[in-house]
Amino acid sequence: MSPTPVIETRGLTKVYNGLVAVDHLDLTIHEGEVYGLLGPNGSGKTTTILMLLGLTEPTEGEVQVVGWDPRRYPLRVKAQVGYIPDQVGFYGDLTAWENLMYTAKLNGIPRKEAYRRIEEALNRVGLQDVAHRPVRTFSRGMRQRLGVADVLIKNPRVIIMDEPTQGLDPESAREFLDLIRELKGEGRTILLASHLLHQVQAVCDRVGLFRRGKKALEGTVEELALQVLGMSHYVHVEVEKDAPRLAQVVRRVPGVTDVEIHDDCTLWVKSRKDVRPEVAKAVVQAGGRLLRLDVELPSLDDIYAHYFKSEAGETENE
Amino acid sequence: MTMVRAMRTQREGSPWTGLWAVVAKEMADHLSSTRMFILEMLIALTAVGTAYNAASAIRSVAGLEPKFLFLKLFTVADEPFPSFVGFLGFLVPLIAIALAFDAVNNEFNQHTLARVLSQPIYRDALLFGKFLAGLFTQFLIYSAIWLLVFGLGVWQLGIPPTGEEVGRALWLLVATVFYGGVWMAVALLFSVRFRQPATAALASIAVWLFFSIFWPMISTSLATILAPIRIGTPEEILAQARWLLALRRLAPSQLYAEIVVALLRPEVRSLGLVLPFQLEGAILGQPLPLSQSVLLIWPHLTGLIAATILLFALAYILFQRQEVRA
Repeated sequence: MSPTPVIETRGLTKVYNGLVAVDHLDLTIHEGEVYGLLGPNGSGKTTTILMLLGLTEPTEGEVQVVGWDPRRYPLRVKAQVGYIPDQVGFYGDLTAWENLMYTAKLNGIPRKEAYRRIEEALNRVGLQDVAHRPVRTFSRGMRQRLGVADVLIKNPRVIIMDEPTQGLDPESAREFLDLIRELKGEGRTILLASHLLHQVQAVCDRVGLFRRGKKALEGTVEELALQVLGMSHYVHVEVEKDAPRLAQVVRRVPGVTDVEIHDDCTLWVKSRKDVRPEVAKAVVQAGGRLLRLDVELPSLDDIYAHYFKSEAGETENE
Repeated sequence: MTMVRAMRTQREGSPWTGLWAVVAKEMADHLSSTRMFILEMLIALTAVGTAYNAASAIRSVAGLEPKFLFLKLFTVADEPFPSFVGFLGFLVPLIAIALAFDAVNNEFNQHTLARVLSQPIYRDALLFGKFLAGLFTQFLIYSAIWLLVFGLGVWQLGIPPTGEEVGRALWLLVATVFYGGVWMAVALLFSVRFRQPATAALASIAVWLFFSIFWPMISTSLATILAPIRIGTPEEILAQARWLLALRRLAPSQLYAEIVVALLRPEVRSLGLVLPFQLEGAILGQPLPLSQSVLLIWPHLTGLIAATILLFALAYILFQRQEVRA
């Protein structure tokens, strides 16, 4: 039932000069999952990633990535895990193709196989036409796509991306998210660190909310909404008239947590599940004339804002 | 307890995985960069100019001692210009520094370090690969220059070099590469330490200037302090001279200069102080065989190599401790 974890940490801690960057982190990510690490800057996302790759020594705790401890077997881990750092950099004087060839050589891929993989990877990210242009002429979006091509060279089981869509224009960001979905479709596990919430929401199966080096919350967006906001769906109800009266009826529908009367014909219903059928029935039975009914999931932005606001309030009260 | 810990954190896999990929890439960079092209042109022009002048000087003095003419191509100076080895004394550090001053900090600045280190290689391979690539590049440049000088010699003097001359030139080549190695290690160390390539370059040049200009002056005063001449006895004078030589030899340029003298002037029998009684029975002016000259420079050469290794080790430790995130 439970899939094998590809990434597992237990009590993972990193202390930088007396400052706790990551604080006893327990993280489990399963094969084929897209997991979003969410949190403000400085909440320990990048440090966690570097520890997963064996690029930074954990102060204490256990880590396992693709079945290996990155402290002891960093080469085995890094051979199967692709990493796209934030502000991914390439050698500007070398062409895209030469940069990828260097990666292939560092991975010990035989020449013929490397040629094949480079061509495939460049086609995949749509950079085949600029393959022999120096990377310094590339735009931010092109570099980011080259970053994906770069990790594809080693045909990784896991891809870790740090702020992949930061600084991209909306169109490139959307294309990039499509690319992530495609990679997930191939069965690769993806770990995405970001603070751009709606993008994380668009692609992630599960989300972990980071705060001061700790994983504060975890789950699907729906689960998080329930935990933080106490509700998971917004239902908009438009009736012909008498909204205040109908609100009384709707309030009694099971699952509904709150009803806001917007004006004489509009109700905003907050609920713990999708209550559209029940609301429709209740309105019609009460003699109301239903014009429109739609549902909206709360955005991660709301959850995030609400969560960090309440947390800040708590710490102030301490 | 400590053993368990050591076992747990011991790394698996060769630290040299990917080394040759790094060496190949770095050498390609060096050989195609504008910076190196300028320096290569500079040193080639110097070589051709000085060797040509030396050849004409040698030809104009008929009946000059006919031995080791090819070595004279390196050492004969056309006043007021220095000889080719004189030029080498400062061109080599310049080339060496140019090869390494931005080796590591540029990876940081281009944001390539995290990406490269996330490939299945250790940091060791990256740093050592860069260093080896620098040494190989120097070897390649100097070999070309040596061939250029010898070719010019054959053309101008009309005789082929002897095996002994070739042997001495080859030893000089090795010594020159390691003289460069010291300065490359200095530059590499600074490239790890300083995030700005310009700072690293200036710091390297400052160290070089210190050792080539100020150190001779400082060592003279230090020798007078450490072994003052109070009455003027031969012992006192000798002690001071010994101190002076020992201090001066802390500078790589001094070691290199002595190596040059011993290799290119076969008649030189000692690089230290020679007292008259030590020369009893020696036939002055007779050249030493190559093996004896090599014996003479052996401590100097090992000194240069040791300094290179020591400085590289320092850079290595510093690099290992550095955090990947910029």
